[in-house]
Amino acid sequence: MINSNFFIVKCIKTLKIISLYKSKPFNAMTTNKVITISQLTKDFPVGESYFRALENINLEIGEGEFTGFVGPSGSGKTTLLNIIGSLDKPTSGTAFILGNDVSKLSAKESAALRNLHIGFIFQSYNLLPIYTVYENVEFALLLQKKSKEERHKAVMESLEWVGLTDKKDSRPTQLSGGESQRVAIARAMVKHPTIVLADEPSANLDAENSHHILQTMARLNKELNTTFIFATHDEKVMQYLQKIITLKDGRIESEFNK
Amino acid sequence: MDGLKVNLINNTMLIQTAFKNIIRGGKRTWLNVVVLSFVLVIMVAYNGLLDGWLEESRRDTIDWESGWSQLWHPKYDKYDIFTLQDAHGIIPEDIKRLINKGVATPILVIQASIYPHGRMQNIVLKGINTEQNILKIPSEKIKTTDDNIPAMIGTRMAKSTDLKKGDRIMLRWRDKNGVFDSRQLLITHIFETKVGSVDSNQIWINLDDLYQMTGMSDEATYIVFSKDAKVKSDISGWKYKSNYFLLSDVRAMENAERVESTIIFIILLALALLAVYDTQTLSIFRRQKEIGTYVALGMTPKKVTSLFTFEGTIYSVLAVLFAAIWGTPLLYLFAKTGLPMPEAYTNIGLTLGEAIYPIYKIASLIKTILLLIVLSAIISYIPAQKIAKQNIVYALKGKIN
Repeated sequence: MINSNFFIVKCIKTLKIISLYKSKPFNAMTTNKVITISQLTKDFPVGESYFRALENINLEIGEGEFTGFVGPSGSGKTTLLNIIGSLDKPTSGTAFILGNDVSKLSAKESAALRNLHIGFIFQSYNLLPIYTVYENVEFALLLQKKSKEERHKAVMESLEWVGLTDKKDSRPTQLSGGESQRVAIARAMVKHPTIVLADEPSANLDAENSHHILQTMARLNKELNTTFIFATHDEKVMQYLQKIITLKDGRIESEFNK
Repeated sequence: MDGLKVNLINNTMLIQTAFKNIIRGGKRTWLNVVVLSFVLVIMVAYNGLLDGWLEESRRDTIDWESGWSQLWHPKYDKYDIFTLQDAHGIIPEDIKRLINKGVATPILVIQASIYPHGRMQNIVLKGINTEQNILKIPSEKIKTTDDNIPAMIGTRMAKSTDLKKGDRIMLRWRDKNGVFDSRQLLITHIFETKVGSVDSNQIWINLDDLYQMTGMSDEATYIVFSKDAKVKSDISGWKYKSNYFLLSDVRAMENAERVESTIIFIILLALALLAVYDTQTLSIFRRQKEIGTYVALGMTPKKVTSLFTFEGTIYSVLAVLFAAIWGTPLLYLFAKTGLPMPEAYTNIGLTLGEAIYPIYKIASLIKTILLLIVLSAIISYIPAQKIAKQNIVYALKGKIN
């Protein structure tokens, strides 16, 4: 009896992972909401006590939105972004990403969710230093076990979006900050994710490069209907956002649609 | 079936990624590979030396002292000098037949005293058949040709007594009735052997001379057999001593050396692996952003740990290949030239030659290589697993200490 229950649980888990690897999310959504967060709290242990980074967060983000969490340092925007990206789990409350409750996902399921449906853009680009631009962009597709031809087509298309086909054989150390961030965008977009999470993408860039990458992301948002979520306190980024969610001391202070 | 396929592809990809990381790792890769290959060659050479020395000891002990087996007089105990007084008897007829066939040779052993340069020294006097060719003892050098009693000693004995070829020396012994007798011996030959136990404190004379001196005709203390003797059990009360028993000293030495070599091995390995661990830990901590990025891109922390463990394993595999390239000719040359041994070593009773020639055994080689690979994998796994287990958000920002 115990064995058969164990087998059933195993089967359900396997099905869930396989479904994450298919184009449609496992839990079919009835609305176009890709993210639904309710009463979410996140605490970080500090010695014997804890620090509350997020408190009672409730929000919904729809498909194709160009949204940003804004607020000063320590307001909880990156923590919220990490939970949406399934890199971290909430202490309490729920965060449904594409219909999947992140606090209930196993390590494998989280990895599958990130691999297929979420693209990341980091403040310090996080490009793999020993890989070329092409290989950096290709890496996510390698994890998806795509064929060489499929990978080549997708990588070249992605590099074209960001205007870096001529730099495909360069190493990250040979690129400027703006170019590095464009590679990061190409890497995030190459797998056609449903959501792209960008944590302070313009923090290390000058004004011209910031506008350039934001224009690129806004264009991709329109063309591919990809949901973009930013964590930023940069005025330049805010100009481009359709929806601004302001955080302060771990709480949502305001939500504003342009 | 599908799950298995997914795993196989993932692991192949991991190995490919690990290879790519290693090949493009530059100095880090070379440092690890060079250190590991250096240690591997030293370990193989050291092991080879030990095996070579032990093999040579075994062979020399058989050639010079023990033969393939022995029969001992019931009262003889090699390790108890006091048994010598009574440890001799008439050689049984069955054994005599083997002696006549040339597959056995009797040795008669008695206690005696010599007086080199006026000092009295107790020695073991051994009588050996001058026609024998079972032991490498050059017994033909003590054939009696005149009134002199020819005797030979080993180089160790010659050194300790300050005797040279052509010297005469007073010998005093008890005959079979316990009566003291004395005569002069003529040193006709000084032989050189690696087996100290047939040299130190011993004088070899013609067995017939010893029979005449002691009145113990046809007696022996022990019989040494050649490989062809096929003796496997006691004969007429004389105790059969197998090759295994006779080489127990060599085995005891081997065991002691193995313990010593294991300690040296551990120290060597620890030093090498510490270097690799340091490089790996530093590099893995330096690469924590990379680890975080792998996870963000969709790898599980477990896969990331596997990736870094593969990297560590590949380092050691590359080190094996690198060691094979530069180490093989060097080890071959070493096997030809051997390791010269200082003379002092030969005087401490160890079976040592002028040089030790290493012998490289396949089993030992495989064991050393596997040990190196497994340990390299483990020391790569530890820091990678430590980072992958941490909150990946910190890794992404490079904030894990």
